Amino acid sequence: MSTHFTEDHEYIRQDGATGTVGISDYAQSQLGDIVFVELPSVGAKFTKGDEIAVVESVKAASEIYAPVSGTITEVNAALTGAPDLVNSDPMGAGWFIKMSIDDAGELTGLMDEAAYQNHIA
Amino acid sequence: MADTPNADLKKVVLNDRHVAAGGRMVPFGGYSLPVQYLPGIIKEHEWTRTHAGLFDVSHMGPSFLELKNPSGDADADHAAVAALVEPLVCGDIAGLKPGQVRYTLLLNDQGGILDDLMVARSPRFGGTLYIVVNAATKEADFAMIAAATAGKAKFTRADDGALLALQGPEAVDVMGMLIPEATELGFMHYGSWEWNGARLMIARSGYTGEDGFEILCPADCAEDLWDALHADRRVEPAGLGARDSLRLEAGLPLYGHDLDQTTSPVEADLGFALSKRRREARDFPGAERILNERENGPARVRVGLLVDGAPAREGAEIVDTDGRSVGIVTSGGFSPSLGRAIALAFVAPELGAPGTRLFAVVRGRQQPADVTPTPFVPHRYFRKPA
Repeated sequence: MSTHFTEDHEYIRQDGATGTVGISDYAQSQLGDIVFVELPSVGAKFTKGDEIAVVESVKAASEIYAPVSGTITEVNAALTGAPDLVNSDPMGAGWFIKMSIDDAGELTGLMDEAAYQNHIA
Repeated sequence: MADTPNADLKKVVLNDRHVAAGGRMVPFGGYSLPVQYLPGIIKEHEWTRTHAGLFDVSHMGPSFLELKNPSGDADADHAAVAALVEPLVCGDIAGLKPGQVRYTLLLNDQGGILDDLMVARSPRFGGTLYIVVNAATKEADFAMIAAATAGKAKFTRADDGALLALQGPEAVDVMGMLIPEATELGFMHYGSWEWNGARLMIARSGYTGEDGFEILCPADCAEDLWDALHADRRVEPAGLGARDSLRLEAGLPLYGHDLDQTTSPVEADLGFALSKRRREARDFPGAERILNERENGPARVRVGLLVDGAPAREGAEIVDTDGRSVGIVTSGGFSPSLGRAIALAFVAPELGAPGTRLFAVVRGRQQPADVTPTPFVPHRYFRKPA
């Protein structure tokens, strides 16, 4: 398993041909209290950079983009009743979606943990 | 409101206190102000509803208007200064009792709202009014009031100090430790007291729906006052984010969003601000339009909406069951107290009855939005027994 980050603060944790997508701890702290998460349908196909979800804080709505191209295989239904999981555990229970990755090569264009920490420093 | 480059932002006198308290500073109304502190908007909101939130609203526009040649007869002098201001607003200023605060509206000749403001009669000096206007409109408001009263009254802006709002069910107990006399004030009354060598103007008023106080303090004692209030364990600082979610739950409109120069008081459901005497005299700006709307109904009405699903934000379209466009959201967000999305919107008047099923369009999807009476969360103002 390896975790990759985008410049827009999404992460994707790769496990074989599947990736789990969410937002970074830095992103959740910047957004503040999350009150609603809009998730895509299972089976939906996205190209890298497409809007896949919307996260609403008290103040505003923010778009979440596909870190790589692929097909949604699972969404985190727990976020419907407990969107604050994104604040309390963004890299764990606050994940958004799982997707099958079309081209693992796209992951190499993303940042690793160290590079991401530099990016937000 | 457009963001101003940071270098041009004005700092409030308590800026260092906000930064020290972990405030996340953002541009607002030309000032750098805390949108939230470390606990976050929801916790600050809930704290204010259960204990006491401390808000810095020093960006707003407090000011004083003093009659230039008072006769010494307090009632006659009040009548004289009220007569200078009444041509600008729709409220009964002449009828204010000493220390009474009134919410009123600055209107243009078309009956549109230029600002909503507080006008109060000094409890101590005949011929003096204490006036507080909104931040975004204060330069224009101040110029307008000064011009309309020039020669007859002295207009002094007082926005160089701190204006703090202490709001919540425990605000009265906190105030009791500082200035016990101020807890005798009834809702929408103010007084002035010496504290630590400075004179404070303390009004029993606010923008959260809770009991509380708004305190005007000179700059040189602002940090002492902040520290004294903050030291009370019942008090936590609360930022602009919580201020907005609290006022939305209280159904209170926000100028520049729910109200603007095209909105009339009748459309905005602010008919209570049209005093009987002024209606009968038809002597306020835009009286023709406003009284006609009062008689025959306005073209649109402000309503509260309980929204299903994602928050419907300002600008979201409202459609009816046939999908026809019937209105627009002017303020919307998440209600921490209700745990759901709520909104203020303007809709066609025939759709303004509570219980009417409408839909808010969010990201292309129609979400059920039911018209509901406001406030969304009941007001808990302190009404002094008569």
